[in-house]
Amino acid sequence: MKKEKFLHRRRFLLASLLTVILFIAVWAFVVETGLVSTRYLPAPAQVLKTFVQKLSDPKPEGSTLGANILSSLKVASVGFLLAAVLGISLGLFMGWYPPVEKFVKPVFEIIRPIPPVAWIPITIMLFGIGFKAKVFIIFFGGFIPCVINAYTGIQLTSRTLIQVARTYGAGSWKIFWAVGVPSSVQMIFAGVRIALGVSWTTLVAAEMLAADSGLGYMILMGRQFARPDIIVLGMLIIGGIGALLSVVLMRIEQRMEHWRMKR
Amino acid sequence: MSESVKIHVENLTKKYGDLLVLDDISFRIQKGEFVCVVGPTGCGKTTFLNLLSCLIEPTHGRILIDGIPADPKKHDIAFVFQEPSSFPWLTVKGNIGFGMRMKGWPREKREKRENEILKLMGLEKFAESYPGQLSVSTEQRMVIGRAFAMHPDLLLMDEPYGQMDVKMRFYLEDEVIRLWKETGTTVIFITHNIEEAIYLAQKVLILTNKPAKIKEQLSIDLPHPRNVSDAEFIRMRKYVTEQIKWW
Ligand SMILES: Nc1ncnc2c1ncn2[C@@H]1O[C@H](COP(=O)(O)OP(=O)(O)OP(=O)(O)O)[C@@H](O)[C@H]1O
Ligand SMILES: [Mg+2]
Repeated sequence: MKKEKFLHRRRFLLASLLTVILFIAVWAFVVETGLVSTRYLPAPAQVLKTFVQKLSDPKPEGSTLGANILSSLKVASVGFLLAAVLGISLGLFMGWYPPVEKFVKPVFEIIRPIPPVAWIPITIMLFGIGFKAKVFIIFFGGFIPCVINAYTGIQLTSRTLIQVARTYGAGSWKIFWAVGVPSSVQMIFAGVRIALGVSWTTLVAAEMLAADSGLGYMILMGRQFARPDIIVLGMLIIGGIGALLSVVLMRIEQRMEHWRMKR
Repeated sequence: MSESVKIHVENLTKKYGDLLVLDDISFRIQKGEFVCVVGPTGCGKTTFLNLLSCLIEPTHGRILIDGIPADPKKHDIAFVFQEPSSFPWLTVKGNIGFGMRMKGWPREKREKRENEILKLMGLEKFAESYPGQLSVSTEQRMVIGRAFAMHPDLLLMDEPYGQMDVKMRFYLEDEVIRLWKETGTTVIFITHNIEEAIYLAQKVLILTNKPAKIKEQLSIDLPHPRNVSDAEFIRMRKYVTEQIKWW
């Protein structure tokens, strides 16, 4: 049983590795044969070289790769955490307490369809192009899915389980924590996963429009300096970090919901 | 005599809008008594238990436990619901301790009781398992253990074995009798199954069709464990079946 699982894992890993190699091979082939000019698409080796060089060299746009990553992560994590904490709380209260729902939902329904990027112009007018502005834009991107999922999740709480708690004399607040919240954890995590993706995407958009450092800014500058290697490097780093974050999130979810894994 | 009366139900009436479901029901239950309620489908059995556990409000009448109006905050009431009701994110031990946690029992007292129940139900080796890992019958045993855990003043069971096969049913019936004897809890047990009622109860309340009234209260003096092929047992079963033909 254990061994089978292990073998299955290994085969899975092997398959993933093969896909990545294939992807790079196709990329190299397209460039080496001159199908696409290196003026638009750099060779994999060139990107690797730029990567090593960018680790210590702030040229051409002004920051080393590490500084850019740090800058982006700082903005994204502050915006994302704010969105998660406030969004989940609001969603849970909306789903649990009908008066809150009646009060908040109409406003929320109007704000909901506004795409995060549409907040950028007004944000720049309000906050300029600094840290606060970027955090604000990312916040909105992550906030909406957190609210929706926490709200839906807690509304799906089994009525029977609520009644079990009620017959034991528990009040609404106690039942909220003991039954409502634990049974919405899975939905909340699904929301947080979406929020993380949206935050990361919006971050790049925000930095492209208003920033002086960060990965999005680096990509934008790559275009201005006609350095496709920098653009592709930026894209790959954004993709890599995004994937890494979602793996971290999955691990946390497995920790919290380990009862689901044991079946 | 009257001081050993645990539950007083007086003129209990419930209407959903214009639909009269329970019509002026009155009866008493002694402390530590095992009572079965039988009645046709949809006659208001679940409604009746929901009233006793204060999940819903009666239209008229009242329910007294130890002479005080029933209140889940004052009394320890436990309910085994018709549908599955284990908390999937809590271990078996956590499920058993759930009611005590809601009541704010001190940790030590709670853990002592959790271990007692685990032992009593033979669930020790599942203590750290989750409900999803258990078989249906083990899960139901856990739910019953949870209900008995805090020595409830009143234990309400709503067709807890409705969806089980005969073998599991016999097994769990004996289990509930054993727990009842060891804990001295007052139990109201609802069932469709006449044989089950006669097998378990000291007193059977037969309800009529909707709007439900009490058609008859029947005492059963046979000692536990009962033998389903005993002549007296069969006579009782036939008698109740006869009453029910009127449905
Ligand atoms: N919340 C409610 N609002 C309106 N009518 C209800 C409500 N709950 C139950 N009823 C009605 O009251 C009647 C009794 O329902 P109840 O669930 O108490 O019956 P029951 O005897 O438990 O049935 P079963 O044998 O199927 O478990 C039914 O006709 C049902 O439609
Ligand atoms: Mg019912």
